[in-house]
Amino acid sequence: MRIHLPNSAFLGNLDPFLRSFDSSNTKKLEITANKKWISVHPIVLSMVAALGLKIDSSHIKCEDIEATSKHYLERMGLFKFLGIASGIKIREHEPAGRFIPLTQIKSSDELSNFITEMIPLLHLQPKQAEPIRYVVSELVRNVLEHSHSEHGAILSTQYYKKSNTIRIGIADTGIGIKQSINVSHHALTDLEAIRLALTPGITGTTRKEGGTEFNAGAGLFFIKSIANVNRDFFIIYSGNSMYKLLKSKPGHIRLHADPFMDRHSNEEDLPYWQGTLVGIDISLSATEEFSLLLDLIRDIYIKTVKERKKARFRRPRFI
Amino acid sequence: MKKINLLKKVGSFAENKDKARDIRLHEIIPALEKNEEVILDFKQVESATQSFIHALISDLIRKYGIEILDMISFKNCNETIKKIITIVVDYMQETD
Repeated sequence: MRIHLPNSAFLGNLDPFLRSFDSSNTKKLEITANKKWISVHPIVLSMVAALGLKIDSSHIKCEDIEATSKHYLERMGLFKFLGIASGIKIREHEPAGRFIPLTQIKSSDELSNFITEMIPLLHLQPKQAEPIRYVVSELVRNVLEHSHSEHGAILSTQYYKKSNTIRIGIADTGIGIKQSINVSHHALTDLEAIRLALTPGITGTTRKEGGTEFNAGAGLFFIKSIANVNRDFFIIYSGNSMYKLLKSKPGHIRLHADPFMDRHSNEEDLPYWQGTLVGIDISLSATEEFSLLLDLIRDIYIKTVKERKKARFRRPRFI
Repeated sequence: MKKINLLKKVGSFAENKDKARDIRLHEIIPALEKNEEVILDFKQVESATQSFIHALISDLIRKYGIEILDMISFKNCNETIKKIITIVVDYMQETD
């Protein structure tokens, strides 16, 4: 495998970076980087770190990074995840108010502890913390419950002052959405599987409406809705496909049960990612009241379940 | 009457589904089986995820029917938690 850390890769311009990823030869990993400056979304760091956990460090080759931003990669813990010595010396200090370095979460209790510690580290107001901890909890629990990844979830977060945004990236190297959703459904492609996973009330654990005692198939729909209402980017990439929720235009916000009805882009011929990557930006200045968002979610969720139920009604046969 | 203090068990952000399931299996169901009313007290719980509330109550509705809500009270819920509980109760009533 080969991955190049570019000059810039955020959710809005992530596509060229993903296309440049060479996912062949999964026994080796070669990392190169832009020589001058590397400014990347946490999803990129989580992705590289997740690859690093799968491969013995003796099979990882990372070129000497010349860009001055190499200190940032060191501080985010990337080289630790790759198991390679960077030779970069930095004085570590509390990351309060700026970022959460790459973190591996492998159990439910680890996640609960992480969320408790995360909010003070990011110095968030209660109103700002609400959607962020919600998103992290649901996304990481998805990994723990559905990915079957032995390495769990790899997460990193960065606050960007200029845009007043928290950017979150979560990666796993598990079975991927298609295999997970197809336990109970029949998605033919990775993109179709992503579409189902984002649809309210659809879960890989059952075909039954209302889900199981443990899963309702609502988590990703809630997260997409949080991004939609706050006009933020949201990306989900699994197998060879990516779905990107684009920033919605100013004006009336409408949630859709079908993610393809939202303002979005998608790609189907990307290099294969064994597992799932999720990236989301949450603007702290635009955060709508969470409880208002829940009203919107309730309306669309119940409407969708009703429509699906109605679609299964038996009809009288008139001859 | 069985009163369950959720803050003590799950903290101020109720998101751990494993704990929700434990509470349901080991505290709520045994009380309901004894025909005891259950009070789920959300005092000082700031927020909850839909997944947590689903793991806490959806199977009660599925197993005992929606009438089981006559035996369960949700106390000290803030607006967000009320709305999440309502979403779960509503979609469970739409299930087959």
